[in-house]
Order: sequence, then C-alpha cells, then structure tokens
Amino acid sequence: MSTDNKTNMFPDSSDLIEEILNKYPSKVAKKRAKSLVTNDPEIDQEIQSNIRTIPGIITQRGCCYAGCKGVILGPTRDIINIVHGPIGCSFYAWLTRRNQTDAGPDGENYMNYCFSTDMQDTNIVFGGEKKLEEAIREAYEIFKPHSIGVFSTCPIGLIGDDVHAVSRKMKEELDINIFGFSCEGYKGVSQSAGHHIANNGIFKHVVGLNNTDPGGKFKLNLLGEYNIGGDSFVLEKYFEEMGITLVSTFSGNSTMSQFENAHMADLNAVMCHRSINYIAEMLEKKHGIPWIKINFIGADATAKSLRKIAKYFEDEELMAKTEEIIAREMLEVQATIEDVKSRTEGKLCMMYVGGSRAHHYQELFGEIGMRTISAGYEFGHRDDYEGRKVLDSIKIDADSRNIEELDIVKDEANWRDDLVAKKTSLEDKGYGFSEYEGMMPDMEKNSLVIDDISHWETEKLIEYYKPDIIGAGIKEKYVIQKYGVPLKQLHSYDYGGPYAGFKGAVNFYNDIDKMVNTKIWGLIPPPWKNEPELVAKMADTAY
Amino acid sequence: MEKTIDIKEKAFTSTRNACKVCTPLGASIVFKGIEGCVPLIHGSQGCATYIRRYLISHYKEPVDIASTNFSEETAIFGGEKNLFIAIENVTKQYNPKIIGIATTCLSEVIGDDMRKIIHKYKTEHDTNIPELVFVNTPSFMGTHINGFHDTVTSIVAAFASNTENRESINIFPGFLSPADLQHLKEILTDVAIDAIMVPDYSDILDNEYTGEYEKLPKGGTTIKELKQTACAKASLEFGYILNKSNPQTQSAAEYLKTAFDIPRVNLNIPIGIKATDALFDALEKITNNKTPEKYTKQRGKLIDAYVDGHKYVFGKKAVVYGEEDFVVAMISFLEEIGIETVLCASGGNSGLLKEVIQEKVQPKSDINIHDNFDFEEIATVCKELKPDIIIGNSKGYYIARELGIPLARVGFPIHDRLGGSRIKHIGYEGTQALFDLIANTLIQQMQDHSPVGYKYM
Repeated sequence: MSTDNKTNMFPDSSDLIEEILNKYPSKVAKKRAKSLVTNDPEIDQEIQSNIRTIPGIITQRGCCYAGCKGVILGPTRDIINIVHGPIGCSFYAWLTRRNQTDAGPDGENYMNYCFSTDMQDTNIVFGGEKKLEEAIREAYEIFKPHSIGVFSTCPIGLIGDDVHAVSRKMKEELDINIFGFSCEGYKGVSQSAGHHIANNGIFKHVVGLNNTDPGGKFKLNLLGEYNIGGDSFVLEKYFEEMGITLVSTFSGNSTMSQFENAHMADLNAVMCHRSINYIAEMLEKKHGIPWIKINFIGADATAKSLRKIAKYFEDEELMAKTEEIIAREMLEVQATIEDVKSRTEGKLCMMYVGGSRAHHYQELFGEIGMRTISAGYEFGHRDDYEGRKVLDSIKIDADSRNIEELDIVKDEANWRDDLVAKKTSLEDKGYGFSEYEGMMPDMEKNSLVIDDISHWETEKLIEYYKPDIIGAGIKEKYVIQKYGVPLKQLHSYDYGGPYAGFKGAVNFYNDIDKMVNTKIWGLIPPPWKNEPELVAKMADTAY
Repeated sequence: MEKTIDIKEKAFTSTRNACKVCTPLGASIVFKGIEGCVPLIHGSQGCATYIRRYLISHYKEPVDIASTNFSEETAIFGGEKNLFIAIENVTKQYNPKIIGIATTCLSEVIGDDMRKIIHKYKTEHDTNIPELVFVNTPSFMGTHINGFHDTVTSIVAAFASNTENRESINIFPGFLSPADLQHLKEILTDVAIDAIMVPDYSDILDNEYTGEYEKLPKGGTTIKELKQTACAKASLEFGYILNKSNPQTQSAAEYLKTAFDIPRVNLNIPIGIKATDALFDALEKITNNKTPEKYTKQRGKLIDAYVDGHKYVFGKKAVVYGEEDFVVAMISFLEEIGIETVLCASGGNSGLLKEVIQEKVQPKSDINIHDNFDFEEIATVCKELKPDIIIGNSKGYYIARELGIPLARVGFPIHDRLGGSRIKHIGYEGTQALFDLIANTLIQQMQDHSPVGYKYM
C-alpha cells in the first residue's frame, strides 16, 4: 500500500473489501459487508456492529462471563468472586488481565484467588445450589470479606440453579453484601453483554449504600479505567496533586466501599465508554450527577481531559494547578517525542481491540507521527464508532433484548439539584456533557473501519496495507508476527505499561519505537535462500 | 523424612486456585497434533477464546480454534444449526483435512447428540467434506488430561482400520511438550523404528519462522497413519493413570488392544534414568536392535552429571505438582537424585495416584500424595513443610514468591517465561536439562542467600 504522493491520502479500500467478501459464501458476504466501511470523517456512515459472530469464523471476542467477571468485577480487591460452574471458566479468568491494585495497609486483596464451585456431574444432575451455599459460607469463614459476588457460567442457567436466591439467602445468614450475576457465556453477542450485566449488578446491589460525604472540594468518579499495567496509579497522582477527591474508580484499583459511596461524587468522567456508560447514565438518572467523556491515553488527550475536569469545577486555583501539571509533564513528553519521532514518523498502524482502545490509542500513535490506516473494535457498538447521536436508531435484536435494562427512578433523598443547575449553566457556555463522538470522525479519510475482524480478514489487511505495527491481543499476536509485523498487546501491554497519562505516553512512545525499529525481521531470509549472488560471492572470497 | 501431614480429603467445598484446567483444552491440544486438523469447540464462543488465549500464551504460536458460538436460542433449541454453519465456514476458510469437534459443558447439558448431528451433516453433504471427528468433553467430568486422552482414543477409534501387516509401532506419549515429542521422534528414528505418534504437535505448536504464515502449519499425525494404528506390532503408551478416572473410557492403546489385539506396552513417562532405561529396553525388545551409542553416551553423561551434582541436590525437599502421570514420572526422577518429595499434588482426581506411586515408583520414604488438590491446599502444605524447591508450572509462582522458595518451571502452563514449548523433560537428554535446572535453581538459592556471595564452587 502506498499513499498518494501529492495528497498523502490513504487509497480507497473498496478493492480490498471486495476481495475479502469474495471469499465468503454469498449470505455471509452480504451480512459481513455492512461491518466494513471505508471511512469518510465528513459524512455520517453506518457500521454494523454488536451482532453475533458467525459460527466457525474465528473471532477475537470472548463471552458474557468474561466481560462481567473478568473485566468489570475483576479489578476490585475486597470482593471474593466465586465462579459457579465447572472449573475452566474460573481458571481462565485467574489474573489474566494484569489489573493492578494497591491493597494498602489493610492488605485486603482477593484478586490473587480464583474460587470455583468446580461443578461435577452429580452437581449438574442434582443441582449445585447447596454446593454454592457451602462455598460462600466457607469463603466467608476463611476471609471475612467485604462482599461476595457469584458468577454463573453456561450450564448454570440451564440446570436452573438460582444464584440470586442463594445470594439473598446467604446475605441474610452471613450479614455481608452478597449478590449474583446471571452472566452465562451464551448470553449476548460478546463480553459487552457481561459489562452491562455487571454495571446493572453493581448499581443495584452496591452503589448508594453509603451516604457519607467522602470529603474534599472536588469529588470525581473515574469510570471505565481498569488499571492495566498500573494506568490508574498514574492518574491517581494527578488527581491528588490537583486536590481532587477520587471517590471511586470503576474499577481499576478499586474497593467495594468506593462503589457504595460513588453517588456522592460531583462528576463522572468516563474513560471506556463501552464498558461503563450504563453506570454513568444511571447515576445521572438517579442522582443528577452529570458525566463527561474523557481520555487519558495520549499526552494531548490527557491535557485536554484534565482541563475539562478542572473547568467543570470552575475554580481558578484548580485550573492554575492543572496548567502547572500539564506544563511540567509536557517537558518530558516533548523531549521524548522529539527523539522518537524521527524513527516513527509516517509509519502505519492498525488496531483491532476493545470497545475504546482502538480509538484511544490512535492519539498516542499520532503523537509520534504514526497514522492509523485501519481500526475496529472487538465488542463495540454503533455508538462507539459513530457517536452517541445514533443511539436512538440502533435496532434492538434478540441478543440485546435479553440483557436487562434497569428501571431507574429519581432518588429524592440523594438528588443533586446543584449539579443539575451547574450542568445547565455550563452547557450554556458551550461545555459538552454526555457526549461521545465515536471513533470514525477521528479517523482519516479512506481508512478502513472494520468491526469484529476475523483471522482471515486480518491476513488480507496485512498483505494489502503492510502496516508497521498492529495493536490487538495475545490471540492475534503470533499470527500477525508470523507475517513479520510486530504486535503490541493493547489488553495487557506485553508485560509493559503504564500507558495512561503523560508518564504512560512516554512509556508508550519508547516501547513502540523499539518495536517498529527492531532488527530481527532482517534475519528472516537466510542468505542461501534469497541471495544466491551473495552466497556465490562469499564462496569466491573463500577460495 | 518429615511426618506426613494429615489433610482431610477435600476439606473445602470450593476449589481455590485450581491445579487443573477443563476437558476441551486437552481435546484442542490433541486435535492440534493431527495433520490439517482444525479444532472446533461446540459451545459458547468464550470457551474457544479462553482456550486459545491460554494455549497461545504457553506455546507462543498461533492456535486457531473455531467455535459454534452458542446463543441463548441455541442453548434452548440445540446446537445442530450452529454446528452445520461452523463446519461450512471452517471448511471454506481452512480447507482442513479434519475438523476435530469437542463438546462443552453447555452442549452436554442440553444433550446434543453429536453422533446423530454429524451423521446428518455427512448424509446431507457430498463426499467432498473434511473428516469430522468428535469427542465428548463435558468439563464437569475430569480435567484437561481426561480431555486429552479421551480425544486420542476418539481419533484413533475413528480411523484405525488398516489391517495390512506392518512393522511399525504406535506411540502414545501423552501430554508432553513439543520439544519432548521432537526428542521422542529423534529417538525412534535413531533406533530405526517406523513409529506412528499420536498426537504429534512437535512442529505445529513450536513452529519454525519462515516469514510466510501458514494457516494450517505443517506436521501432525496423518490420517493414513491413524488408519495404520490398527496394524502395528505394538502400542507404546506413556503414563499409568491416563483417562482411568472414568471407568467407562479406554486409553488409545487399550482400545487398540481390545479392537485389534495390538499388544500394549505401558511405560512411565520417561523422565529419569530408570524410566528412560525402560523405554530403550522396550524399544530393544520390539526392534531386536541394540540401543544406539548416541544414547548410551547420553546416559553415561547424565550419570556423570548426577555424580557432579549429587551433593547439591541430595536430601533437598521438593514440592511437585501437575498432571497425575506427570508427577508420577517426576517423583521417579527425583527419587533417583535423592530429592525428597515432601508433597506430590495434582488437580486430577482418578483416585489412583497414591497406589500408582507406591506400586510403580516405590519411593524410599512416605510422601504426602494428594490428588484433587488445588493451589491453596498446596500453599498450606508448603508453609508447613518448608520445601527447598517447588517444581511445577507457572501457576505456583505466587506460592514460591510468598514463601521465598525457588520455582523450577516445568510442565504446562508456562505463561510467565519464554520457551514453554521448548522445555525438554524426557529421555536422557531431557532429564539432563531438568537435572541442571533443578540443581542450578538450588545452587542459585544458596548463592543468593549466602552472606559471602561466593562466586566459585
């Protein structure tokens, strides 16, 4: 692939799309065509997303349980998560996401454990409720945890074990918060269904339990930041320096008590829109707390987001402090960019990951002069691509209908009239709330947007675009690297990170520099294979 | 020897930090070892995704596993429709020789009759379709090892048919590393025996880099070879426990014995001198050839290493965990070099572990042997018995870290180091590597904790 020399514009990808679709049976091709879009940021384009992967097509997607237990509840340290089902599901979600936590002086941290009811055939035949009760009782006796969560896996829904009833019963018996999630793997389209179920569960059973004022002048919830590789730690430092009280983070480096208190915040800042927008929406409906979309991936994005948060609180001192932090941190950022950019400028990247990351990381690549030629989400919805303006026009299919929408009513006792008024007054001054424009308007013309990319499509794209780096996950890593293209794991950072905030940006520039400039690819063709002349020459000199 | 501690069998209801994985994972590994085979997991897409991510993080190779992507509707009405679509799509994309279908707890609970569904697919489609093989792998029965051996049996039973007279032998190595399988092939070539190994993922899960991606990497047991398993001179099968936790199942060699009267030679996994001697002894008997000098030399060198290192390992205490047959073989090796196993644990639950160790290894002293164990139970025992070394997969690292005891990484999964697929355990050569790993791990621990920090030994 080469860009147009004069305009430096990406080529129209319609021939590539055609080639990809040709391989599919016509019915599949017709369906798949709607998920591949040649981007034009100037116009509104629709992309089909959040629809079921076709059986037999190898997908990046995980299941509902993975989204609920693995993603949302996984990073919270003081809850014991008991997986109700056979052993695999629990084992596979055991510390595989590299969420970090700081258990502090009390040291209460159950993230290192994976509890399973380890259902055997007799439990499947006769039911596993008794075993679950026993497992809950035992977890309580050993650890006396703050809370216990119960997660249903596929067979549970079918054999009819009622995890909610068991949870209620045990909550009464043990007098701690215990609640269940019906997050069987077959529900919904992807892990996204599990995010929604987890949001609902936390909102119903935890948020609002504690009305104590968390204190401080500026009270913030950070939503959709999972502390992979220590991202949250970087951000927490900025907030602390700014004098902002971080009431809760959903759910990186978090505790259940933070969630209980979350409705006492003044503002919700949403990082990963896909996984957590439900809680933001529900907090506003019930308590009148407004939300804004922010992004801490990318130095400019971080500066912009910090300013937006500071501006909300309309406090001169806070705004000055924010500028001071930005100015200080940008020194290292600028110096690193200056060094790295000469080696990364003009290189191409592609990203197929998450429900936000494929968007957010474009900022970071852009800062070192790299262009995103193609991107897509693994489990995003149309609003993550096209912006929230399309929310009302998204068709609800059978898979989405099965995920409960909570009926939220205003909590008169804990309703923030002051914040509602603040929102109106700021909106009048042009400050945007509840907005997310999506990924597509931020992408270049003719870049290829593709939802739920398959293995086969990835291969075609690599051949066509010959990118310098791809951002995806471990499942894609070794296939892509077989093509001689380095892969950056954007779920778990290949043991690296943090990548959030200014410090994270510097880490990322340096890591990418090393990856796109590694010398190993030069070793691939052995001299005797592709360079007969060289071999002949060497032979000449030898004799 | 320390007292054996009394741990009540399954004192806990829940499994805390499991020392086992689920059955379809074992099935997927076996299917990866068959030439041109794409594994297809019949259940929710999460099963295929989780298993892929786990195998990929260990082998560091592409591991394509397709899924029938059950929805809520599929879970109610059955998986036939999804299976048909999946077979078609896998065929179109991969043009595989075989599709290896493994069931899941979900499809087993709803009761999909795989034999019937696959038969229906075959009758509705022309003959130009891949071979379709299936195995029942409900994850509520057994562990990944049951999935592994049940799949070997299923795939052998599906093809074994050829009754011509041949001089070849069958070899069923069990769940070993790609490097182990590679070494085993080398041995078989050197002793000049025509052998059929099932499964053979020695290349597929430890791929050479060519700069060109192959969707179905070269290698693996071929269909022709699978057919010929029915007419071998003998079957060599490593491991004593295999899939015996379920009395209704047979191992592949047992099946071939019953169905085709192929003699079965059952050996320990060849780790250590004794177990490797037994392998070469068996090969000599089958071939009437003497063991090549290459291996007698390797044996001699290994003994030389044992001599050089005995004072650093002798009397040390070890905790060993992993699959049941794997720990049996490890203990047999550790006994040789004088390491006392203070705890031998497995997540497997055949009920045979103690008996097999007593009978086949005959350890000099009492060992705490526990099957159906999880890592929290292992941690409890470790705290009490204070071993000098922990030997097992990456999952025990947290215990090693907490107690300041070094971990020698062997087996599966290894996801916090490179080279999981290159760990060699078997033969004189693999034993040599293990011996050096264990001895050097112990020496490093001494060195790191020595107030002098000696630099010379």
